[in-house]
Amino acid sequence: MAPSFEFYQPTRLGDAFALLERFGKDGWKLAGGHDSLSWFKERTKRPRAVIDLRGIGGLDGVRERADGLEIGAMTTLVAIERNPLIRSRFRLLSEAAGAVASPQIRNSGTIGGNIAQHARCWYFRSGQSCFRAGGRECFADYPESINREHALFDAGRCVAVNPSDIAPVLAVLDAQMVIQSAKGERIVGSDAFFVGPRTDITSLNCLKPEEILTAIRLPGSSANAAFYFEKVADRQVWDFPLVNVAAALVIEEGVIRRAAIACGAVAATPKRLAAAEAAIIGLPPGEDAAKRAAAAAVQGANPLTYNGYKVPLVANLVMRAVREARTQ
Amino acid sequence: MAYRLIGKDFLPPDVVAKVTGRAKYAEDFRVDGMLHAKLLTSPLPHARVTSIDASRALRIPGVVAILTADEVPQEPAGNPILTNEPTFVGAPVLAVAAIDELTAAEAVDAITVVWEPLPFSFDPLASLSPSGVTARSDGNVGGVGVEVKTVTWEAGDFAGGDARLPSGKMGESWQFGDLDGGFANAKLVLEESFVTASMPHHTMETRSALAYWRNGKCFVHGSSQSHTFIIPRLARYIGVEPENLVFIGEFCGGGFGSKGGAYPLMALPAHLAKKTGRPVMMRISRAEEYFLGSGRHGFQGKLKIGFAADGRITALDVRLIQDQGGVIGATDYRSAGEGLAVVYQPLAMRWSGLPVFTNTPPCGPMRGPGQNQMAAAIEPLIDKAARQLGIDRVAIRAVNAPAVQSTFGPKSEPMSSCYLKEALDKGAKAFGWEARALRSGQRRGSKVIGIGVGQAFHSAGFNGFDGLLRITPDGKLHVHSGVGNLGTYSYAGTSRVAAELLNYAWDRVVIEHGDSRRALPWNSVQAGSNTTFTEARTNYVAAMDIRRKLLAIAAKDLGGAPDDYDLGAEQVVAKADPAKVLTFAQAARRAVQLGGAFSGQDLPSDIHAITRQAATAIAGTGLIGVAKDNLPKNGLVPGFCAAFVEIELDVETGQVTILDHLASCDVGIVVHPQSIDTQIKGGSLMGIGMARFERRVYDPRIGLPANVGLTQAKPPSWLDGAASSVAATVDAPEMQNPMGVKGVGEPPTGATAAAVLCAISDAMGGHLFNRVPVAIDMIINALAHQAPPHRPLQVHTV
Repeated sequence: MAPSFEFYQPTRLGDAFALLERFGKDGWKLAGGHDSLSWFKERTKRPRAVIDLRGIGGLDGVRERADGLEIGAMTTLVAIERNPLIRSRFRLLSEAAGAVASPQIRNSGTIGGNIAQHARCWYFRSGQSCFRAGGRECFADYPESINREHALFDAGRCVAVNPSDIAPVLAVLDAQMVIQSAKGERIVGSDAFFVGPRTDITSLNCLKPEEILTAIRLPGSSANAAFYFEKVADRQVWDFPLVNVAAALVIEEGVIRRAAIACGAVAATPKRLAAAEAAIIGLPPGEDAAKRAAAAAVQGANPLTYNGYKVPLVANLVMRAVREARTQ
Repeated sequence: MAYRLIGKDFLPPDVVAKVTGRAKYAEDFRVDGMLHAKLLTSPLPHARVTSIDASRALRIPGVVAILTADEVPQEPAGNPILTNEPTFVGAPVLAVAAIDELTAAEAVDAITVVWEPLPFSFDPLASLSPSGVTARSDGNVGGVGVEVKTVTWEAGDFAGGDARLPSGKMGESWQFGDLDGGFANAKLVLEESFVTASMPHHTMETRSALAYWRNGKCFVHGSSQSHTFIIPRLARYIGVEPENLVFIGEFCGGGFGSKGGAYPLMALPAHLAKKTGRPVMMRISRAEEYFLGSGRHGFQGKLKIGFAADGRITALDVRLIQDQGGVIGATDYRSAGEGLAVVYQPLAMRWSGLPVFTNTPPCGPMRGPGQNQMAAAIEPLIDKAARQLGIDRVAIRAVNAPAVQSTFGPKSEPMSSCYLKEALDKGAKAFGWEARALRSGQRRGSKVIGIGVGQAFHSAGFNGFDGLLRITPDGKLHVHSGVGNLGTYSYAGTSRVAAELLNYAWDRVVIEHGDSRRALPWNSVQAGSNTTFTEARTNYVAAMDIRRKLLAIAAKDLGGAPDDYDLGAEQVVAKADPAKVLTFAQAARRAVQLGGAFSGQDLPSDIHAITRQAATAIAGTGLIGVAKDNLPKNGLVPGFCAAFVEIELDVETGQVTILDHLASCDVGIVVHPQSIDTQIKGGSLMGIGMARFERRVYDPRIGLPANVGLTQAKPPSWLDGAASSVAATVDAPEMQNPMGVKGVGEPPTGATAAAVLCAISDAMGGHLFNRVPVAIDMIINALAHQAPPHRPLQVHTV
């Protein structure tokens, strides 16, 4: 039974900013509602005011810009999956959107909500007073902890992962996030938008309480590379990734000139695999490059008690991504 | 045997309400002055309540009362209504009643409970070890008919290493045949220890309930598979005479065994309603349902199986430790042993078992309780033997399968229709087993083909319950069904038996069900795959009774002897003179005039008190047919399923895709084709969840459950099922049922789980996992030659 809260439905961005200023940390931004309502129902989060962003015009839809595409943060995942511009230029984003959760959730879940959702670490979600919740221990990082879904990389004091299927795609496309507040607009790259526990242990992104993510920009320079996306989960539908992979390779004159590869659900941020990318520059795409990338991908992996399976899974998914990446 | 109604599709009367959303479940009802209840549940896996301070809560405007464990009856070591010594996280400790649910929830937050944390255990084997923790303060062992006590095994019993079930003394056992000789003479002996995971029922409708008292009667709207069967026990939990308990439950949003019998929680609103003098609604949340909604018992076990050169099982020794959860649960470990004796007909066998408590939520029967865990554990070993002996995997099953009139177990108990061989044969042909088996291990890119067959059993019929029919003066046939409506429509399917036998038009039949005030007879529990067999018999005997009375009235009024008459369309017709008729409406009016047995004033002496109450309530309103099922029944009515699957396993990612599935079932004469199709396919999908995803997981350090919620607990979705699924039946009649029918519900789950597990082994080149489920991380680790992170017999882990 969710606790009571005040509910605001602003229709203009400016009104939303005013509400966010007014409530500060006691305010809660509501997009599709899937992450939010589970927090409320479990009575783990008890905001004083919920500010519904769904009535604000102009926050959804896909627009052309001189240097690429701009996607409104409130665009639903199903709209992204089906959008012809995205499908023709950034196919892997539409594939990733189609792999999120279930059709019902994709109908109302938004891209902004998907990339700004919080960690699914079950200890954190069950209301334990862990580092991420402002406490003094990580419940998932004891030798006997149940940490099958947790981090392989860059854990620091918290071993939770970013569960988004969209985030690794934005990481390989060098997407830019448009963030607005009453004070104005700032634009941050995906490398700065997603943050690990060493930067901020209580958040998976750099959004401040008074800010709203309004759009995501995909640079034209990332369009129509050789793309690959794959998600591995327990179930075929309605499941978070155990590991997912996104890759964008630029292949010219038979060799890989640029490579961007990222895995999701292995760290608190989508994990760009720099060593794997470097290992294949200048190589012809194919089995050999794929194997080199796979070996480099798991360098630095630091498995916990129950997530050792993610090491071969990351290696194999990266191998597959390099081997199978195709232009449209 | 050609029937007019049996074997034909029909629209059960409650379908429209369900698909249009008009069906009212327990939590949809509202009563004037109704309060809402919320539970305070234990945050600890084992604790004692030291003190409760509700003063702050009681001062919140709108809070009416709290109810504690001291105010409700306690079941020794049983599932509690409320408890002061919770033995699992989520155990209900107290309840608050308030004017609305939000106020009640806030009151719960305002209550201070002081807990004394007690040691807890999640692992039965660890609990049995010399340094083990007992999950309950009164002991670590206990069960149905098993006294609660502490059992500790000796260190030497654990000397075999952690991959081997320890050799400690079991509590119960039975044996038949020459076990030592059977192993000595076997061509091959396999000996393996295994784990099957405990898993939740997660029914779609949580177990909400509404109760109120009026003029000494207690009215309960609840979620139940069964109807009249639960009344005596529920009445005891509430503390009311059964005749003063009115139960209303027209629909049930899934039970899968967890709502078969009366459950204590359903009594809670009645206690709060009595205390407050107001109606009380208790809605159970999805999260609470994971604690209070029951689960399948897990096993830690060991199998030793001896095979002759032709695959015949010469000896079988099975040891089963049952994970009870925190309270006494069901008897899966016993039915698992029985299932082995039925399905494999071993020449010699020993079964032994011990139910051990853990600080996990209560368990109870779940679709094929015992038999299906056993199927999932043993069937991959049957495959292993087939490979080592060079025998086809279907053939090794057929060579051990029982036949009609086979016996089973230590007492050589009789069975009637056993068509497992025929189910295997029909299924193998329809699936194209021989051609597909050639594809085993074939590689397409990163994907490998795996083929699997599995089989399972459950008993499929009880006896000894009552039938009650009525023909009202308007000529309508009322079938009074007290069996419940768990969602399979078998209450309607078995009602058609009465219409079939009385040559009555189905669309004129009124089924009286779902509310005690509709005069419902003592019928069986709607569980154990038994409704179809059992209530076909009760409706048969009641139909025979009403038929006898119809003919008697005709003879009385129109002359001659009863045998001179037969039944036509809603009328009794003289055989010699078709113009000489007595309509059912006339007969019903005459029955009212005649009184006595005709109209229910005189009742048979052997019917149950609940049937007597029901028949008395309608006495004098028409022609009454009422009888106890005294038809002969000698021995077990078995139901079987043989399932076949083809899968693709991706060796790079561990992903398993089920391409094709076929379940071939021995179900007697089919009553309702559409219903049996959904029963077989739905049961099979549950088996896929059992084989692949579902288990209860706990943090062993702090005792918290990891997977409560549909997202985390991962019941299979439709897309996890097979791209193509076929349900087939062996249409051979069951001889102990006058209509030839028997049950279907449970074996498809175990058979399909087993087939999927066997197919995974097949794709991976042999038997690798003595665990259920085989989750994707286990497959990835095995493919990468990485050791699994858990100890071999560890439970409640990932």
